[in-house]
Amino acid sequence: MDFAFLSSTMVTLIKAVPTTLILFSLSILSGALLALVITAMRVSGNWFLTGFAKAYIFVFRGSPLLIQMFLVFYGLGQFGVIRYSFLWPFLREPMVCAVLSLALCTAGYSAEIFRGGIRAVSTKEIEAARSVGMSGFLLVRRIIAPIAFRHALPAYSTEIVLMMKSTALASLVTVWEVTGVAQRLISQTYRTMEVFLCAALIYLVLNFIILQAMSLLEYSLSRHRRPYAAPLRA
Amino acid sequence: MPGVTRLSVRNLRKSFGTHEVLKGISLDAQDGDVISLLGASGSGKSTFLRCINLLETPSDGEVWVDSEQIRMIHSKTGSKPASRRQVDHIRSELGMVFQGFNLWSHMTILQNVIEGPLHVLKRPKADCIADAEELLAKVGIADKRHAYPAHLSGGQQQRAAIARALAMKPKVMLFDEPTSALDPELVGEVLRVMRALAEEGMTMLVVTHEMSFARNVSNRVVFMREGVIDSSGSPDDMFGVGASPAFRQFIGHFGNQQ
Repeated sequence: MDFAFLSSTMVTLIKAVPTTLILFSLSILSGALLALVITAMRVSGNWFLTGFAKAYIFVFRGSPLLIQMFLVFYGLGQFGVIRYSFLWPFLREPMVCAVLSLALCTAGYSAEIFRGGIRAVSTKEIEAARSVGMSGFLLVRRIIAPIAFRHALPAYSTEIVLMMKSTALASLVTVWEVTGVAQRLISQTYRTMEVFLCAALIYLVLNFIILQAMSLLEYSLSRHRRPYAAPLRA
Repeated sequence: MPGVTRLSVRNLRKSFGTHEVLKGISLDAQDGDVISLLGASGSGKSTFLRCINLLETPSDGEVWVDSEQIRMIHSKTGSKPASRRQVDHIRSELGMVFQGFNLWSHMTILQNVIEGPLHVLKRPKADCIADAEELLAKVGIADKRHAYPAHLSGGQQQRAAIARALAMKPKVMLFDEPTSALDPELVGEVLRVMRALAEEGMTMLVVTHEMSFARNVSNRVVFMREGVIDSSGSPDDMFGVGASPAFRQFIGHFGNQQ
């Protein structure tokens, strides 16, 4: 084992971790917001909005993320409307393209996960809320969303982990995140095994932290399913 | 204020498709009235109760709560309330207790009770909590305020649900078979709470199969059959010699339990 090489590789790769984290957090954040909009459309009851949401989900779940990313990165620039619009200075950036395509894709998956959560909310609890005079956004905010989120959390944490791994695809549109830097190192050193092992280890550590955080969140939101511990007398 | 009409229903009809469940029901509740709605299953008594706070949309007829009429739009394609906001407002004035308790599973008992006053009536949180604790003490589960619904027995859950409805300071309480989902030994604790409410002068409409409650607590008994009111009157009249043949036959099924 060449520890000197391994540690220098590790140092180089860790320097790329912030880029991976930016990709990840921006795409999860904007993807979740977009997913909320798509979910709202999907359950709206309006045939046009529902149809649009269904089509959106089908397209982004049904086609490869890599192709979506290539279409955004290489494809958008072909359209004059975009090329000469105020958006071009942003859309020309590889980072923006990568975040955009990751967010668009995860929004499709997340919307279905959120919808599953909403379907699991008992109509009895909704009826009880209506009976005290709740409706509209108040009903969603206070009753439907909190219960739906708890139901959706296990599936959503899987989606988040998948997204962390999907950031690796951004290397193919010239974003220098962990996988991209690893490939550059390999082309310089031809030591595939060591470099990729180091990269895999980094993803494992990142996902371990994410999964721990998610299960902590799940635990803190599921007190109502655990046995009742009577509060100690103060 | 005795003599004030809290609830008035005029000629209420409800159809599901071509099946008419309610065929014109009229009912008035004065302040302090405790009305028991009896009837075989399928007679429309629960549907009637649910039409009053529009959990089911009536096909025709009028509902007045404290002399405010719920405005409805009836058309060929169906009926709907004219104003969502009015429906929300009316519902906030009617307390509803369900057969299956329907507590919000993700909230503690205290959170369940303060939810309506805090977020619908927008009252100060400290007041909501003070009221809620008083109500929970009244229904006998003050010690459970930080427990979640799943941690409580059915009887305790139903008492919490009653406290939740009372927290809105309703003008009328609607009970939809409040003891039907309970084990027999838990029925008593819920009936005791309801009886105490009745004695305080709460206006109550109770769909029930508890003949002892109908007979001893309510001041009026309404017997529904096939979507109409078959007969109604004071418990003494209804359970006495003046009962209609249909009602006599109906209570005959409960004979062994009395």
